[in-house]
Parts: sequence; C-alpha cells; structure tokens
Amino acid sequence: MLKPLIRRLIEMTVVMALVVTIVFVIVRIAPGDPAAMMLGPDATPQDVADLRVRLGLDQSLAVQYLRYVGGLLSGDLGQSIFLGQPVGAALLARAEPTFFLTLFSLLIACTIALPVGILSAYWRGSLFDQATTTLAMFAASVPSFWLGLVLMQVFAVKLGWFDPSGYGGPGAGLGTRLHHLVLPAVALGIVSSALIARFTRASMLDVLGDDFVRTARAKGMSEWQVVLGHAFKNALIPILTVIGLTAALLVSGAIVTETVFGLPGVGSLIVSAVLRRDYPVIQGALLVIAGLYVIINFVIDMLYLAVDPRVRY
Amino acid sequence: MTPAAAPSASSQPDVLPEGILLRVDGLKTHFGTGNRTAKAVDGVTFSLPRGRTVAVVGESGSGKSVTSLSIMGLIAPPGRIAGGRILHRDREGRVRDLARLTNADFRHIRGPEIAMIFQEPMTSLNPLMTVGEQIGEMIALHERISRGDLRRRVVELLKKVEIPAAESRADDYPHQMSGGMRQRAMIAMALACTPQLLIADEPTTALDVTIQAQILELMRRLQADMGMSMLFITHNLGVVAEIAHEVVVMYAGRVVEQAPAETLFGRPSHPYTRALLASTPDPDRDIAADGSRRPLAAIPGFVPSITNLPPGCAFAPRCPLAAQACRESPPELTTVAPGHVARCIRMEAA
Ligand SMILES: Nc1ncnc2c1ncn2[C@@H]1O[C@H](COP(=O)(O)OP(=O)(O)OP(=O)(O)O)[C@@H](O)[C@H]1O
Ligand SMILES: [Mg+2]
Repeated sequence: MLKPLIRRLIEMTVVMALVVTIVFVIVRIAPGDPAAMMLGPDATPQDVADLRVRLGLDQSLAVQYLRYVGGLLSGDLGQSIFLGQPVGAALLARAEPTFFLTLFSLLIACTIALPVGILSAYWRGSLFDQATTTLAMFAASVPSFWLGLVLMQVFAVKLGWFDPSGYGGPGAGLGTRLHHLVLPAVALGIVSSALIARFTRASMLDVLGDDFVRTARAKGMSEWQVVLGHAFKNALIPILTVIGLTAALLVSGAIVTETVFGLPGVGSLIVSAVLRRDYPVIQGALLVIAGLYVIINFVIDMLYLAVDPRVRY
Repeated sequence: MTPAAAPSASSQPDVLPEGILLRVDGLKTHFGTGNRTAKAVDGVTFSLPRGRTVAVVGESGSGKSVTSLSIMGLIAPPGRIAGGRILHRDREGRVRDLARLTNADFRHIRGPEIAMIFQEPMTSLNPLMTVGEQIGEMIALHERISRGDLRRRVVELLKKVEIPAAESRADDYPHQMSGGMRQRAMIAMALACTPQLLIADEPTTALDVTIQAQILELMRRLQADMGMSMLFITHNLGVVAEIAHEVVVMYAGRVVEQAPAETLFGRPSHPYTRALLASTPDPDRDIAADGSRRPLAAIPGFVPSITNLPPGCAFAPRCPLAAQACRESPPELTTVAPGHVARCIRMEAA
C-alpha cells in the first residue's frame, strides 16, 4: 500500500512541475507587455518601466522562472496587482463557496445518477429506462448556466424560496450560506448527473450479464442483494473514473455558475482577474485548479486500489 | 412397449414416487415470442433418483444449460417456462412444482436444496471478494451463524474440496487462484449448505485434462460421501462413463433416451445415442492390434435450428433408420425396459 502511494506522489509532483512551467510560459508568451496592458493606454513609459521592475519583468526569463518557482516552493503564489493582497490569501478567501458548490453538485449528481443508472440497467427497455434516457439526453445538452437562470427565475424570483444571488453577506451563518448554494448546486448537479447516469447504466448492463452475477443468484440471494452487493460493486470501478472526471469538470462549471449566482467564489475571482488582467491571480488560480485535477485523480486511483484487489500500481 | 409418460397436464397432482428427488415433466423453455420463438427446451422429461448421478449429454445447443437453469429458476426474459412441471421434493418431504414457484420461495431452494456450479471457473466468482467471503456469504444467507463458526466452516469446506493450505487460501481473491482451484472453490461454495442436489453444468470443460480428471474424481467422491443427487451436464461421453449412474441424452431440446449408464453404453436404443457413441473416440475399439485405426463415424448433417424444427422427429433428417412416419409426427418417449426410455419408433429396425 505504501509503495504505490509514493510512486503516485512522485508522478503528481512531476505533473505539477510541468503545469507550473506551462503556466509560466503561457503568461510570458501572451502578446504585449503585461505591465503596459495592466496600466492601460494612458500610462507613461516611466509608469510602465516602474511596474516592470515591481513585477520583476525586467529580469531575464531564467531568473524570473527561478524566482517564481522559489516563491511557489515557499508557498508564495505572488501578489495580486489589484487586490493589494497575496494571491494565495485571495484564493483562500474565495475557496469556501467554490468548494461547497463543487461538493454539493457532485453529491446531487451522484444521488440522482447512481440509482437512475442502476434501475434503468436493471429494467432495460422499460418505460423507466426510456424516460430516463430521454431526460439524460436533455440534461446533458442543457448548459448549466441556463438551467441556473431558469431555476433562479422559478424558485427565487417567482416562489421566493431562495435568494437569487449572493452568499448571505459577511458574517452570515453556515446555514444561510448553504441555503444560497442550493440552486447553483442543483443546476450544476442535474447537468452532470446525465453523464454519470449514462455511464452507470452501461457499466451495470455489462456487469449484470456476467457469470458471477448468475452465481450470486444461484446462491439464493435476493435480487437487491445481487444487484447492489455483487453487480454494482463491480460496475462501480469504471463509474469512479467518470465521477472523478465530473468532479474536475464541476470545478470549471462552478466558475460560470458562480458568476450567474453572484457567489464570491474562486470562479468570480478568476473572471474579474481576467477582465482586469491581474496576471498573478490568473496564474495562481490556474495552478490551484490544475492541482485540484491532480488531487482528484490521485483520490480516484487510491479508491481503485481500495475497491479492486486486482489493481496494483 | 407402453407409453412411459402421458403428455403432462398442469391439472395433474404434484406427486413424486418415493426415491425420486426431482422429476422434470414435459418442460418447455422458450426464448422470445411469435414465429421467432427459440424452443431451446421443448418437452424435456426425466427423473433424478435420490443419491444418484444423472448425466445429461447432448451436442452444443441441445438445451442442456437451459434445462439446468430452468430447474434453478434462473431463466430471465426473453426466456420463460412455457409449459411442463419440475417436481421437487424438499428436505421436509414436501413436493412442489418449481416451474410455478415464486422468486421469494425459490431463494430457499437455491443453496440448501439445489446448488449449481458452472462451466467457467474463471468468471463465475466475484473478482472483488475473497473466495472465503463468497463461500461464507452462501452460508450466512441461509443460516444464523457466528463469525468465528463461519470462518471455521469455510476452511472446513475448502479442506473438503482438497484445497491445500485452506486456512490461507480462504483469503485469496479469485485472480490469485488457478482455474482448477477456482472450480474447487466453486464446488465448496455449492456444497456449503449441504444441498440435496448439485447441478454441475460442464464443470470440467474449461480445465486442463489432468485437472479435469482430478475435479471429476473429487466430485464423484463428494457425491458418494454426501449421498446427494447430482445432475452432471457434459457433452463428453468419456466423462459420463466416469461419473454417471444414469444418462439422459438430449437432442434439439428434447430427451431422446434415458437409461442406466451400463445399459446406455452396452445396449443403446436411440439411433442418435448410437451415432453419438460411434463418434466418440474409444482406443479399445478404434485401434486394432496391428496399430491400424478405424475412422470415427461422424454424424452426417447438422443439428436443426431450434427456431425451425421439423414437424416429426428432430433427428430424422440425419437418421439412418428414418421412415416416413418419423417425418410426420414426433415420437413419444416409450419404455424399452424398466428404467430405460427412448423416443424412437424405429429402434427395433437396427
Ligand atoms: N438467453 C437466450 N436467448 C435466446 N436463446 C437462448 C438463450 N439461452 C439459450 N438460448 C438458446 O437455447 C439453445 C440451447 O442452449 P443451451 O445453452 O441450453 O445449450 P447447451 O446444450 O447447454 O449447449 P452447450 O454444450 O454449448 O453448452 C441454444 O440454441 C441457444 O441459442
Ligand atoms: Mg451449456
């Protein structure tokens, strides 16, 4: 158990090193002088030169890279140009809504998708199967921001059950904050449940035809023991990959949805950073998102290891 | 000759002669509906005496597996039992028709009354559970038992099927075992609740010849020791000779002959059985003293499609004895001698 863990950690470090380098290069090869672009057309050459020095852009690329990496290693993601705050602190301050939103959406997606997928595979060809297949196709083709707007219109504006926007203001209790996340999480969750449901169905169909399922029935197990205890556990292995993929997609989905619902999360931080060309923030956010992808992948791999005795990394 | 069994009617009472554990009576298991119906099993009739091994032989597609799955109640749509009865006597002596049992009732049959092992030991075990867990699951399903006792029972069972180092192999996952070991584990699982009847669907077909012989010997011994009945499905007459007390020969979804093993090998009645025996290699018969070989007598023609069976005897198109009457209506099972039945009107013509 320890050796594969160490190997995966080394692999993750390599991936992150590559990501850091790529992010660094992308920001540098973006056309134009970042300092001039940040300051806008009215800036004097002197202002631009000062900013270049402040940002370290007057140094050679190699020196900039080493400084940047050195900063990262000591946990320093750089300094935001507009927020007057370190990037790390800015991201951390915005992390909570994004984290909860992603987690809720994933929970909602799995809560809908797994039972639907299992049942439509078990009752393949039935009315239930056909109805959920159609619904899933519909859900998969709906953009989450559109669904978000519809939900907002109905449940916030018309029915008034939820606030249409915001995160409850400073000092709001956890309950209030979570209440604000319901609509965006449902919007995101429904859209991503389609993929998981389709995959669960396919994977279950595969497994339900397997010989060991027949063996389980021949033991005298009830259908639900067979389906959940034997079939689903085996079907879960490929489904885990899709859930991981969905979790990663949800992080980017959250960016758009946060903007729609005015949530002060990482997503809206990134959007405003892009609009204001706050390069250090964009750079830092990209790193954090890439880091999340890597961590999610790692978690999935570890789950594989825990679920499937045949897997040895 | 007298008819051995009147055409079954569901109005008949569920009675079973003493000494018979299971009687399949006019069983029909069909797949699909309309004119594309595959009549995989179409009027199978045979008896399974208590404490005996009955082998079911027949070419691929003759309905052997479908028959055994019907007995286990494991036919799933589009398949269905379209007719006939499967009379079974349980431990309490109660006789019931398994063809009409609810799924909830069937769960108490599967395991403690009738257990089954399958052809593919590689895929018939759940890859995510240790063999010990899978055997234990069978016991825990049907009995109240403490964890410690369960573990002891599992190890005992593994020893019973001669798995070396049973104590530690119990914690192996199926992929850590060879095919022969897995089949032993399957047997241990099937025997976990000491069933009255063990159905084995070609349990040795997927194994090496040497392993086959070991498994066969093990099953023969376990059957005798436990005094259970065994329904042993195979297409290998050599295996039949090793293990069976009685033989049921199937052709295109029907039983064409049932007889004690010695009778079937010594005085086969049905032309298909004779053809089957003639097409099976037998060194004593086929290799002369001077080393010359007699060619095997392959059966000419093909098994008819089960979606399009001929109106008369299904074997008639390939039968050397076939007469006009054979092509007109299917023959009944008739008694040749006590305990020996065959479905042929021309058997005296040989
Ligand atoms: N689920 C199913 N759907 C449709 N037809 C089926 C199904 N299962 C079996 N059959 C058909 O029933 C017939 C009998 O099949 P069965 O598996 O009982 O043959 P078998 O005697 O066991 O042959 P083998 O020696 O190859 O195992 C075959 O023609 C098969 O195509
Ligand atoms: Mg078969």
